Amino acid sequence: MQAMVYRGPYRIRVEEKDIPRIEHPNDAIIRVTLAAICGSDLHLYHGMLPDTRVGTTFGHEFIGVVHEVGSSVQNLKVGDRVMVPFNIFCGTCFYCARGLYSNCHNVNPNATAVGAIYGYSHTAGGYDGGQAEYVRVPFADVGPALIPDWMADEDAVLLTDATATGYFGAQLGDIAEGDTVVVFGAGPVGLSAALSSWLMGAGRVIVIDHLDYRLEKARTMAHAETCNFGEYDDIVVHLKRLTDHLGADVAIDAAGAEADGGFLQHISSSKLKLQGGSPVAVNWAIDSVRKGGTVSIMGAYGPLFSQVKLGDAVNKGLTLRMNQCPVKRQWPRLFEHVKNGYIRPSDMVTHRIPLEHIAEGYHMFSAKLDGCIKPLIVPSAS
Amino acid sequence: MTYTAEKPDPAESSEQLRARIPGWGVDLDPKDRPSFPREQLIEDRTGAHWDFPERQAGGERRERSIEHGMLPPVFGTVAPLHGVSGVLRRLAYRKYSEAHTLHWLLLVAGDRVDSLGSSVTSVLRGKPDNPLTETGILIEPRAHGLSSRLGRNRVDVKHQWMDPLIVGTPWVLRAGVVYLAVRGLRRGR
Ligand SMILES: NC(=O)c1ccc[n+]([C@@H]2O[C@H](COP(=O)([O-])OP(=O)(O)OC[C@H]3O[C@@H](n4cnc5c(N)ncnc54)[C@H](O)[C@@H]3O)[C@@H](O)[C@H]2O)c1
Ligand SMILES: [Zn+2]
Ligand SMILES: [Zn+2]
Repeated sequence: MQAMVYRGPYRIRVEEKDIPRIEHPNDAIIRVTLAAICGSDLHLYHGMLPDTRVGTTFGHEFIGVVHEVGSSVQNLKVGDRVMVPFNIFCGTCFYCARGLYSNCHNVNPNATAVGAIYGYSHTAGGYDGGQAEYVRVPFADVGPALIPDWMADEDAVLLTDATATGYFGAQLGDIAEGDTVVVFGAGPVGLSAALSSWLMGAGRVIVIDHLDYRLEKARTMAHAETCNFGEYDDIVVHLKRLTDHLGADVAIDAAGAEADGGFLQHISSSKLKLQGGSPVAVNWAIDSVRKGGTVSIMGAYGPLFSQVKLGDAVNKGLTLRMNQCPVKRQWPRLFEHVKNGYIRPSDMVTHRIPLEHIAEGYHMFSAKLDGCIKPLIVPSAS
Repeated sequence: MTYTAEKPDPAESSEQLRARIPGWGVDLDPKDRPSFPREQLIEDRTGAHWDFPERQAGGERRERSIEHGMLPPVFGTVAPLHGVSGVLRRLAYRKYSEAHTLHWLLLVAGDRVDSLGSSVTSVLRGKPDNPLTETGILIEPRAHGLSSRLGRNRVDVKHQWMDPLIVGTPWVLRAGVVYLAVRGLRRGR
């Protein structure tokens, strides 16, 4: 089969690989019909996550058709159309039993601080991902769900991560009616978080980025006010001005480990890999939220330390909440919102790239060219 | 006002927002939010039919974090440890917990050795790395590389001049190492 393969930082290619085999009785092999590149994949692509091995196939957003099932699989059969959450999880460990599927303890030998994610380095378990023609899906009875008849493929693939994560990020903000919410990052996660904030009763939603084309999307798709931080000397002061010098009630970091806007912080993390991730967006969130407010961190960071301003967070009495999104927990309610037309995930899709050309897709998404917001990957067999 | 007790008045009332934004407030009640409360034992096991899953075979040599009490029942089997990078990575796992910076630094060192070593072996196998196709830069003209970047208030333009250095220098170094390694191997034969 054809699969995207990591060769080292900024280097990927498509190679012939064996079709994955059933390795556990509850495995399924899925033939991928549609996949996507996530902002998290960019951190891997740039070499920011320790133990990313040459030969790994990335991709944790994908949908497909069941090709083969292991001997103990009861809930899926060959030919079913399924969407697969980006988390690999067992359903019954201490964490899964409490709905924390992204923190499953039974699937990742390499780290206890991380659950398992498809195609996301050995630090996230050493599994191959779905930017390929076929992928191994462990715990097939637990993770995947049948794609409802009414749901479009492009919506389904975004619900496996980006849209669910934005919806989750807004929930961690503990938004109350009339709250002012500021979202850092207008990528798929930030756009989804901004839109979801309204569903939870926000009174005002402000999205921050430096890419005008994405801010445009934040206005049209997410009904948000926007600020280009490149136009201000100090975005924190600007946000204070916008909020009567109180600050926002809730701030959501949807920028993550390569947050820009602080030259040294960005270079030392994204380029030189001297810290686990650039803390620029988190620190802006901490400083622009009001005292007693909540910061929800959806951005992904590496396991090394980052220079986060804990003193300000303590002195302001903030609540900091964060996690990888437990995707399947979001689905029943989120499906209703999609069905009702409140959230239209596929609105964010800008590019559809054949798997053969995936290296170009990564470069375009990474360098933010051609108005790229969400690139999908189409395997040749589909 | 901030300096007095009341919260500033919102620009739009809830009624106005409900009229303007489809779905405004449908999840106003925290009980309707799927992640609330954060932790509670839930009945729904989302399809699992075991208390503890069956164990995947073949885990005897599988590296694991020393913070784990045992090898978890299911694990990834991609790219098992091998060669010099494997030695570094195994050391990181055997000796240092995730709390230890050396754990991560050894893994990063393993990554760099892995990527360098695979450049050498790929030449020997007749599938050398290709800087033009593997970096994806051939899409630049089609993706409007210049007009996407220039005159658009983008802050990343300030450091994008470094990208060719950051991406290019390792290619040059690798090419040198590959050349020396291949020449050394030929002479050795
Ligand atoms: N927690 C989770 O479960 C989860 C899931 C998916 C993605 N993520 C993470 O969320 C983040 C965003 O993902 P995405 O797919 O939307 O990525 P993306 O790269 O498309 O978007 C990130 C955006 O942040 C902007 N940005 C950079 N620095 C900023 C700053 N200082 N302030 C405001 N905006 C800034 C960028 O210009 C870009 O538009 C990534 O870090 C990703 O790893 C986390
Ligand atoms: Zn993701
Ligand atoms: Zn579990």
